[in-house]
Amino acid sequence: MSSHPHDEWSQSLFRQFKDAGIDLFTYIPDAGNARLAELAEEDNETRLVLLTTEEEGVAMAAGADLVGKKSVLMMQSSGVGNCPNYLSFSKGGRFPCLMMVSMRGDYGEQNPWQYPMGTAVDGIFDAMGVAVFKVDRREDLEGAATAAINAAFRNSQGAALVLTQKFLGAKAF
Amino acid sequence: MTNITLDRRELLAPLFPDQADWLFVSGLAGSSKDAAGLTQDGANLFTMAGCMGSAVATGLGMALSAPDRNVAVITGDGELQMGLGSLNSVATQAPANLTVVCIDNGTHGETGGQEGHTVHRTNLGMIAQGAGFPSVKEITSADQIADAHDFIRTATGPRFLWCRVLPGDPTDFKRNFDPAFCRIRFREAYLGA
Repeated sequence: MSSHPHDEWSQSLFRQFKDAGIDLFTYIPDAGNARLAELAEEDNETRLVLLTTEEEGVAMAAGADLVGKKSVLMMQSSGVGNCPNYLSFSKGGRFPCLMMVSMRGDYGEQNPWQYPMGTAVDGIFDAMGVAVFKVDRREDLEGAATAAINAAFRNSQGAALVLTQKFLGAKAF
Repeated sequence: MTNITLDRRELLAPLFPDQADWLFVSGLAGSSKDAAGLTQDGANLFTMAGCMGSAVATGLGMALSAPDRNVAVITGDGELQMGLGSLNSVATQAPANLTVVCIDNGTHGETGGQEGHTVHRTNLGMIAQGAGFPSVKEITSADQIADAHDFIRTATGPRFLWCRVLPGDPTDFKRNFDPAFCRIRFREAYLGA
């Protein structure tokens, strides 16, 4: 058993991603995806890929899709700002791109540097045709994750599962 | 100064006489024209005309997801430099089936030939080596292509082949620019095989 604060829901979401056929987990480390990343690394059937910048994960999703594989890009909300140009893959090329975003700068944030991008996430995703599925409460998680998975892989588009700070909690500074 | 004599239009055919056996991702403009000329815009090639900087990462996603196939990224020096970090990501994953072929003409050919960093002090071979590629090779002339052909088949992967070419025209080839169509074409050919 892990004592990680996000262990319970991360286990559940990891199982859901795996059941959806996702075997490539790309990420830039963040407190909100740390446990999920551990699970993806520990599992023999999934691969965890450390990126240098978030948009690489959008491109990797496209490369995996071309040979019939599914991936999820896990990042903090600040990383969403690095992705718009590469989201041309999903908006223009109908590539699936599933993202899991752990929010900063939206609710209870104490670091002022997080607010500009945190408040721009919705606008950026809207501009690039990404469907957004927000999770404020634990009981929303499965339904929102299913919706994001379906939008990404059934409709071949950008889809973001957005875990808000109401759900994750705000970090103290 | 290194004496560069390599004409890019004479590079890919002798490098990939077995092109049908490979999966290709190519970057913008000239490198995609060269790659499309090689495969006749075949279904085993996904060319790009946007998302500058993404070719190596796209190839990484493909190589990890198709470990039994040889995957080559064919891209230019400008495109590569916009996504240099992806070289680090490749090195950490170390897919043995991935080769990056950089066609370095030292200029932004598509936009008027403005000079790039590699005509100054930037050394892409050292960057790839520093990123952690186990195998890096530089060529500057046509008589080195035979060695490069062997290098991309026998050297420990992932491999980085740095091809320094003359700043002349790329292959004259009109490829399909519709990414959604090209995605379906690639997937049907690969998944149906």
